[in-house]
Amino acid sequence: MSLQPVKFYQTGTFTVGNRLLAPEERSVQANMQRTNSLNSGHRACQGCGEALGARYAIDAAMNASNRQLIAANATGCLEVFSTPYPETSWQIPWIHSLFGNTAAVATGIAAAIKIKKQKGQGGDVRVVAQGGDGGTTDIGFGCLSGMFERNDDVLYICYDNGGYMNTGVQRSSATPPAARTATTMPLGPEPGNQFGQGKFLPAIAMAHEIPYVATATVADLRDLEYKVTHAMSIRGARYIHILVPCPLGWGTASHDTIRMARLAKETGIFPVFEAEYGVVKSALAIRRPLPVEEYLRPQKRYAHLFGKSPAVETIARIQALADKNIRKYGLQARKGA
Amino acid sequence: MDKPFAITLNPGSSLANHTGSWRTSRPVYIDRLPPCNNACPAGENIQGWLFHAESGNYEKAWRSLVVNNPLPATMGRVCYHPCEGACNRGLMDATVGINSVERFLGDEAIKHGWKFDAPATKSGKRVLVVGSGPAGLAAAYHLACLGHHVVIREAAAIAGGMMRFGIPKYRLPRDVLEAEIARIVDLGVELHLNSRVDKLPEALKEGFDAVFLGVGAHIAKRAYIPAGDASKIMDAVSVLHDMEGEPDAMPLLGRRVVVYGGGNTAIDVARTAKRLGAEESIIVYRRTREKMPAHDFEVEEALQEGVMMKWLSTIKESGEDGLMVEKMALDENGFPQPTGEYETIAADSLVLALGQDVDLSLLENVPGLAIEGGNVKVDSTMMTGHPGIFAGGDMAGNDRTVTVAIGHGKKAARAIDAWLKGVAFVPPPKAEIATFERLNTWYYSDAPKTLRPVLDIIRRQSTFEEVLGGLDENNALFEARRCLSCGNCFECDNCYGVCPDNAVIKLGPGKRFEFNYDYCKGCGMCATECPCGAIKIVAEEI
Amino acid sequence: MLKQCEGSHAVAEAVALCRPEVICAYPISPQTHIVEGLGEMCKSGELADCEFINVESEFAAMSVAIGSSAAGARTYTATASQGLLYMVEAVYNASGLGLPIVMTVANRAIGAPINIWNDHSDSLSQRDCGWIQLFAETNQEALDLHIQAFKLAEELSLPIMVCMDGFILTHAYERVDMPTQEQVDAFLPPYEPRQVLDPAEPVSIGAMVGPEAFMEVRYLAHAKQMQALERIPQMAEEFQKVFGRKIGGLTHTYCGEDAETMVVAMGSVLGTIKDVVDEMRSAGHKVGVLGITSFRPFPLDAVREALKGCKRFVILEKSLAVGIGGIVATNVRLAVTGLGLQGYTVVAGLGGRAITKKSLHALFIRAGRGELGPLTFLDLDWEVINRQLERERLTRRSGPAAESMLRDLGTVASKIA
Ligand SMILES: Cc1cc2nc3c(=O)[nH]c(=O)nc-3n(C[C@H](O)[C@H](O)[C@H](O)COP(=O)(O)OP(=O)(O)OC[C@H]3O[C@@H](n4cnc5c(N)ncnc54)[C@H](O)[C@@H]3O)c2cc1C
Ligand SMILES: Cc1ncc(C[n+]2csc(CCOP(=O)(O)OP(=O)(O)O)c2C)c(N)n1
Ligand code: SF4
Ligand SMILES: [Mg+2]
Repeated sequence: MSLQPVKFYQTGTFTVGNRLLAPEERSVQANMQRTNSLNSGHRACQGCGEALGARYAIDAAMNASNRQLIAANATGCLEVFSTPYPETSWQIPWIHSLFGNTAAVATGIAAAIKIKKQKGQGGDVRVVAQGGDGGTTDIGFGCLSGMFERNDDVLYICYDNGGYMNTGVQRSSATPPAARTATTMPLGPEPGNQFGQGKFLPAIAMAHEIPYVATATVADLRDLEYKVTHAMSIRGARYIHILVPCPLGWGTASHDTIRMARLAKETGIFPVFEAEYGVVKSALAIRRPLPVEEYLRPQKRYAHLFGKSPAVETIARIQALADKNIRKYGLQARKGA
Repeated sequence: MDKPFAITLNPGSSLANHTGSWRTSRPVYIDRLPPCNNACPAGENIQGWLFHAESGNYEKAWRSLVVNNPLPATMGRVCYHPCEGACNRGLMDATVGINSVERFLGDEAIKHGWKFDAPATKSGKRVLVVGSGPAGLAAAYHLACLGHHVVIREAAAIAGGMMRFGIPKYRLPRDVLEAEIARIVDLGVELHLNSRVDKLPEALKEGFDAVFLGVGAHIAKRAYIPAGDASKIMDAVSVLHDMEGEPDAMPLLGRRVVVYGGGNTAIDVARTAKRLGAEESIIVYRRTREKMPAHDFEVEEALQEGVMMKWLSTIKESGEDGLMVEKMALDENGFPQPTGEYETIAADSLVLALGQDVDLSLLENVPGLAIEGGNVKVDSTMMTGHPGIFAGGDMAGNDRTVTVAIGHGKKAARAIDAWLKGVAFVPPPKAEIATFERLNTWYYSDAPKTLRPVLDIIRRQSTFEEVLGGLDENNALFEARRCLSCGNCFECDNCYGVCPDNAVIKLGPGKRFEFNYDYCKGCGMCATECPCGAIKIVAEEI
Repeated sequence: MLKQCEGSHAVAEAVALCRPEVICAYPISPQTHIVEGLGEMCKSGELADCEFINVESEFAAMSVAIGSSAAGARTYTATASQGLLYMVEAVYNASGLGLPIVMTVANRAIGAPINIWNDHSDSLSQRDCGWIQLFAETNQEALDLHIQAFKLAEELSLPIMVCMDGFILTHAYERVDMPTQEQVDAFLPPYEPRQVLDPAEPVSIGAMVGPEAFMEVRYLAHAKQMQALERIPQMAEEFQKVFGRKIGGLTHTYCGEDAETMVVAMGSVLGTIKDVVDEMRSAGHKVGVLGITSFRPFPLDAVREALKGCKRFVILEKSLAVGIGGIVATNVRLAVTGLGLQGYTVVAGLGGRAITKKSLHALFIRAGRGELGPLTFLDLDWEVINRQLERERLTRRSGPAAESMLRDLGTVASKIA
């Protein structure tokens, strides 16, 4: 008789919670006492991946820091939908300064905390900085790089929805090739965003050889929580890049946000991995391999690839990018993984 | 602190902004009908009891199971588990081993001596149950649970009907059956053995408020086969019946046994013959393997044990040199047609397994009864044409299995209860089915089905030891956890977690969740990411 | 304690005496010596419990300052010229959020053409950014104003720029009276923020404010500066009590009582002007001086009061509002509206051009005679200008004006930047 592993939990750790797991093995989000750092009443679009990702990440950071956390936030959807006067959705000390300076603001907060602690006037409070892909990979890049280089004690979290969503879906340096945005319309010989070399910030962060760099998606909560928690256990500059689908900008159904993130990971479009001091330590293997088409087709921003005469070549180029990720980060589906 | 005006805000103040007003559709929690439950002739809430088994609470699981079926240890062995055929997990990897978990729970109950709860109140009504097969036992059990006094009259010396006298013990050990029957009797059911009801009107004179008939179908069907004197022709029901008698009254079948028929009974007889020492045990059937009414796994097990099959063959004659067999060929409609080609096979005995008819003699002079195709006709509440007389099991349908009989018994008991109260029996409404498309199977862990241990082949050919083993606690738990909980919340917290607006309220273990419609924007993520399809999106009335 | 030292060093020491907790800076001449000095003190431990952060840009410097100030730390930075412009977005943000950051601006011209020398274009370009701007005349004043700035900023929850002339003050060795730690501690209480990022009492700072309240928020910023108008003179008195010097205030006059001609200016040039005035007074000219210390808030009343007795006034400023004339002048003229005074705007010393006593002397004489136009550029080389204008008239591709003019002058472009 073949003996089955005793530890089999119906949904394992794929679901948010699991009544069959020991309480200490359950996710932060499953907890009835989770902080809901980003509370109800915010004005994010229906099904906003960024709102979800932010609560996931900040709740996890709150949990890991014993609720001693301060957040600095870049301008962007997250800031705008969470703090329109006279209401804020944040339940934690939070500051918004500008679009491009969040990493530096966080550095300042960390410095203040360090001195207050040194003087015996404050406890061990931790700092996160957060912003959209635009606020991170483009306008905030200088400050971010400076923060990395000085190895300031800040966890920077980028919520990547692939564009400047708050201003009406314009292209950012994180917008993927061929995607339609308000500034990369599906017109001309190369419709949608150009095929560049890409500006994949996690790789750039790794080049700074900071203690920790990780990517995650809203489709894998346990992985995301693990990474935030792990990052919080480390001192110095840390970077987590979270893929957060945006129903508005991507042209997807509001209920498909998590599904889209999952497809991004399963097709290899978005590699989910972690790195320490510039070296990749682990990657989440693909569980159910799929062609990129499965990911592209439901998104209206790629609609021009699928009209009457599908852009087979363009799709193949995108597939090639995914395949490159799969090779580079070793994402191949593994048996029993 | 004294905050600067407007630019510095109090935490969590956005609660004042009720984003629920954005909604055009709303999620609602529902319980959809799992396909297994839907397929279960006994109406078991399979997903429901697996839920408790998943958390290792086997007694609770068992108690939940016996709400619908009082014979889990038996069913966990002999049921043909149509539930597994419908199980959604079959579309992912392999169906959940529902039957094996049921057996595990049944065996646990016997091992630990779990008893049924006695009814809270007695109704004072007396119900006669004729026959102690699964239909009669189920009816008796449910009636007793509903507080009625039940008297079972059984013609045979032992209770169990075809579970005892048909199904061989290598599939259903007798101690298991006896333990489960005893537990029903313990509820206060009067069981009279050797108490055949010859004339129902007579029996009713003893004063009963209602009757349930479950006499089964015991008269073997015959085929006309010209036979010489030396030919030994028997019927399957009596052969199997005799197996339950004294050891010295065991049937003598000889070295070469031919069984004629293609149903489960044929298989059981052929396998029994093998165990009784036959060198050759051959099944002759007029159609092909695919067309056989017997289940494929039974055929497979028989083949493993060395039973031989002769497809597309009819027996024409039994003579000195053996049986004359004509080859058949299927016509375009799949019916076997004679080919005129013959062959002879040697045989010491021929066992006919061609089905059974119902013995309706006890129903003479009962007014209002209607008979249809040899069965008693019943309405949707299992009542015969005679008010107050209900019937079920083999005598009341062509779907003749233990499970169907148990389902009939249950349904009849509930209808009798209503009838006794003078109200109409309304079957509970059926929820919509949780089809595979309703699920988000991404979330379930990958897990192959647990295989039950099988007795070694030598002992299978020579003894009547139980062929299929049971699960142990570990793998029963494993198997239970393979359940996808189709259509019913299993508290995975997904909705609670994936809501971008924290509009799901977790009520605590066992209490499930509630939507906070003040903030729910109606994005629908909860429904899409619910693994088991327990959330429905309905349009908001605007 | 009296000591002879560089202006930058004096300021660095004064800042250190204020017990800053976070200092962040990015180098730019002529601010460098100040932050180098502070960096050294932090590294050596002389300045304890202070985090010194070498940032990657002025934008980051101000942003770090915003973060640390919001988290409750006394915060200091320094910049000049291009650096100030590079941080502008954050400069507005700091005041908008009401964060009491103190920043030294070592005043320097703004390019192009790039120029490292002194004028007031940089800080005056930020006159409407919501910061308080105090201008120092001497190194002693620069030093003392920093001590007052921390106190005032924290009291009002407003950031303050202390402006001192680049090189002229920052790099000048002068004798200063350096206060003791005890004195500074007696004057400057520990920082008690009005709002702070604190897990024990969470708030959201920097919310988005729409039309329904934005005007009020802006008005409140103005109201705070109006409060500063009252507090600045008081602060000077409080300072005097502890340190024995009268330093600061909104404005100060020199020989103003009976002056017929008043010269208005800010910063170190006041010293030169006073010398000229002394000379002219001995020659019988009734000339007086009005020095403005607080440019923001602008002391309309004090200026009006100081000028109401004169017949004419000359505003000598190291800045140019291109296309209209003076920046300080516009503000001063507003103050004397309706007094019927003759006002002359003189733009002088841009990009470090020397303002000589001789030129000033001639200038004031001409002003007294009513010979000045409304806008004068002091010591302008008309020959060079005319030649360039001519060149541009003749050739389309006339090339870069600055280079051409330097060539005309026979000099090569300065190599220092
Ligand atoms: C060999 C064989 C193997 C089978 N294997 C399976 C299997 O693996 N799984 C499965 O689901 N089904 C199996 N079946 C079918 C199943 O056994 C029957 O469908 C089921 O037992 C019918 O139940 P019942 O209660 O209607 O009748 P029965 O089980 O036939 O019970 C009727 C009872 O009524 C009694 N009785 C009859 N007349 C009278 C009377 N006048 N007075 C008093 N008592 C009377 C009989 O003695 C008997 O005890 C098998 C059948 C056979 C023959
Ligand atoms: C200096 C500056 N430039 C431009 C803007 C306008 N702006 C505000 S939010 C935003 C886009 C934000 O994009 P991203 O950072 O990706 O966040 P998202 O809204 O997509 O979450 C832009 C361009 C600004 N506020 N400040
Ligand atoms: S535009 Fe996109 S990122 Fe912004 S709130 Fe809407 S869904 Fe979220
Ligand atoms: Mg974005």
